[in-house]
Amino acid sequence: MTKKQIELSVEDISAVEKSVNRARLVKAPEHFISQELIADINANGLDETRRGFLRKGFMSAVGGAAAGLAAPLAFAAGEGDPAILEKQEWQTTLGKNVATMPYGVPSIYEANLIRRESPGLTRVSAASVAFTPLQGLFGTITPNGLHFERHHQGWYNLNPETHRLMVNGMVKNARVFTMNDLMRLPSVSRTHFIECGANTGLEWGNVAVPTVQYTHGMLSCCEFTGVPLKVLLDECGADLKKGKFLLAEGGDGSGMTRTINLESCLDDTIVAWSMNGEMLRPENGFPLRLVVPGVQGVSWVKWLRRLEVGDMPWNAKDEAVHYIELMPDGIHRQYASIQECKSVITTPSGGQQLLDKGFYNVSGMAWSGRGKIRRVDVSFDGGNNWRQARLETPVLTKSITRFNIDWVWDGSPAILQSRAVDDTGYIQPSIKTLRNVRGTRSIYHNNAIQSWKLDSNGEVSNVQVG
Amino acid sequence: MYKLGKSIARLGLLSAALLVANLAYAQGTQGSAKFPGVGRNATPAEVAAWDIDVRPDFKGLPKGSGSVEQGQTIWEAKCASCHGIFGESNEIFTPITGGTTKDDVKTGRVASLADMKQPQRTTLMKVPTVSTLWDYIYRAMPWNAPRSLTPDDTYALVAFILSIGEVVPDDFVLSNTNIAEVQAKMPNRNGMTRKHGFWNVKDKPDVNGSACMNNCVAFVQIGSTLPDFARDAHGNIADQNRMYGPYRGADTTKPPIAKLPGAAGEGLAHAKDTHANAPKGAAALFKNENCSACHAPNAKLVGPSIADIAAKYKDQSGAVDKLMAKVKNGGAGVWGSIPMPPQAQLSDADRKALVEWVLSGGK
Repeated sequence: MTKKQIELSVEDISAVEKSVNRARLVKAPEHFISQELIADINANGLDETRRGFLRKGFMSAVGGAAAGLAAPLAFAAGEGDPAILEKQEWQTTLGKNVATMPYGVPSIYEANLIRRESPGLTRVSAASVAFTPLQGLFGTITPNGLHFERHHQGWYNLNPETHRLMVNGMVKNARVFTMNDLMRLPSVSRTHFIECGANTGLEWGNVAVPTVQYTHGMLSCCEFTGVPLKVLLDECGADLKKGKFLLAEGGDGSGMTRTINLESCLDDTIVAWSMNGEMLRPENGFPLRLVVPGVQGVSWVKWLRRLEVGDMPWNAKDEAVHYIELMPDGIHRQYASIQECKSVITTPSGGQQLLDKGFYNVSGMAWSGRGKIRRVDVSFDGGNNWRQARLETPVLTKSITRFNIDWVWDGSPAILQSRAVDDTGYIQPSIKTLRNVRGTRSIYHNNAIQSWKLDSNGEVSNVQVG
Repeated sequence: MYKLGKSIARLGLLSAALLVANLAYAQGTQGSAKFPGVGRNATPAEVAAWDIDVRPDFKGLPKGSGSVEQGQTIWEAKCASCHGIFGESNEIFTPITGGTTKDDVKTGRVASLADMKQPQRTTLMKVPTVSTLWDYIYRAMPWNAPRSLTPDDTYALVAFILSIGEVVPDDFVLSNTNIAEVQAKMPNRNGMTRKHGFWNVKDKPDVNGSACMNNCVAFVQIGSTLPDFARDAHGNIADQNRMYGPYRGADTTKPPIAKLPGAAGEGLAHAKDTHANAPKGAAALFKNENCSACHAPNAKLVGPSIADIAAKYKDQSGAVDKLMAKVKNGGAGVWGSIPMPPQAQLSDADRKALVEWVLSGGK
């Protein structure tokens, strides 16, 4: 029996009954009782709970014959809303025990909001991306189960008992730490965004995907807990005068390697084991990953097993073949690490459908790899006029800031945009401004203003202005 | 007494020595004075086992050598099924070779990066340093069996790739002693810049936006929209949004609706029974057990497609048992030289479900 059918009111049923009776023969209600319930009633007799099941079996039978008639607010004229007047199942029966789901899962009514791959983006799922459903999230924190995934050679459940972190290179003592060791050290907990360098990269040339999940969903924001990188490097006697670079290496099949800029990243980089209060999820690097605030996600090496201090960059595959940006003159920009100031409206956003004219809370996210968000402006007319949005607290450095703005929609077509400014004074550019400098053939670092077009039928679609 | 005293002194010396040794051990194994009991020193063998990275100055490169000819043999056995016989394939990953010329080897700049005559940027068009190829092949290839190549294998494979790009001749033997000379011939060795505003947080950005608040543009021009044919290319967006609340997903299996749905959401999908449980059955197993890393429904990836397997074993008696054994123990030679790794982690029931599903063509 479906949820919709459960929610049919008595009035709906009588209406359905009449119309169905006129139309054709209806099977007797008992045909819709499950065999288990019949056996149960035979064994234990009829009580109030079982009467309830009988009634619902009947409702689902007639409801099924008239699917689509139920509409939450369209109740027949009378005393009021059946959702108020009728007793609901959850008010009249016993609910589930505590710890029925020992590690909880979201409501079944939230099952549409999951990580998704973009069809055709890659041929093999072990080297692919699953995007965070930003269109349905609130606030600034990404639920761990929805944190975006990007792997280069698949993920494993690494055994934390045998996981090791080695620190070597330009250090006095090359050292090895177990998880037991690391988790004894002084830890910090900080909230930061992580964004893949290629986020929104599908749209450097033109509009390519329908929803904010695919345009901006290689973005997540969590509270990470771990030991500051500086503590570990000091402990090993790192030569931080000559050693200006760090190689971070993953324990996966690709042995993911990235060069980290120690001058720029040493003060806030964390060797982290926790994400939002629980251990990292396997897809996000369990049991250990590097957190490099403000820097593109590929540098946040997952399943971190080795850190090497050195005096020159390594030119690893993912910094010499991928994660490089092609400029119009044929030169590639290498080690483009900082994720620049960016924002996007998430509700409403592409692929969504507004129900009616009237008041809406328009909401979105803003972030900058260089610091804090100072302000966000929102335009409803394609960038001609702008209004300042409300920033929700806390406004943290290199973290997502939620913004909201009131809007009364009059039903006419509109183009919604948001534009973020960070505390260095940098203003998020338009796609045209970006292309004028960087051309259209790059994949990475597209932080352009996003435009969503709202049609008079209420449907929102992805467009580029200019 | 003298003897005893000497013995005691000896004992004292010995224990002092032991104490020093213990202290050294403690420092090595039990952490520093600041964090006593945390961490230990790495042994030379441990560092050697993990510290395999090779830098552009070839620090970390092990001794060894390999010829183009040897490289071709290994390539055809272990690499060609994903990358093509000449490294040109675009089937699974982006191509490795193509788009470079002998002129590029002279200038160190790949001309096709600027003239846009190449449909795709290949690895050889981009990679500025030969160390990068060596490092990545040694650490991560082949795709389904990383870290299975020897240093000599790796030299040979790099030599083979470079010979296709006409960076080295067909009879070349690449080794740790001549690799620096090869580096000086890489077609895109001068094609990278680090002069941009993205390396340090204090660097100056190359682009900045406008702070204009009112009457900012003469007219709003839409330059790009999603083509109509792509409306449902990402599935039904209604199923990717909440079925309640002010912002629903559009039903992209249908053309756009004619008018506003109204407060009741007329004509829209409503809160229906959805299930949080992950999809079950063979199709989910196929993905979750990583079969899809090498097999696709209709296209050949690393291994044969489901359709091809189903066609080959159609109406063969005992096919289920035969394939179940193959999935358990692995196999090679039927579909080419790339072996199928054993999947011993699967239960018999799961293996059976998977094999039957594959034999039915994935239905």
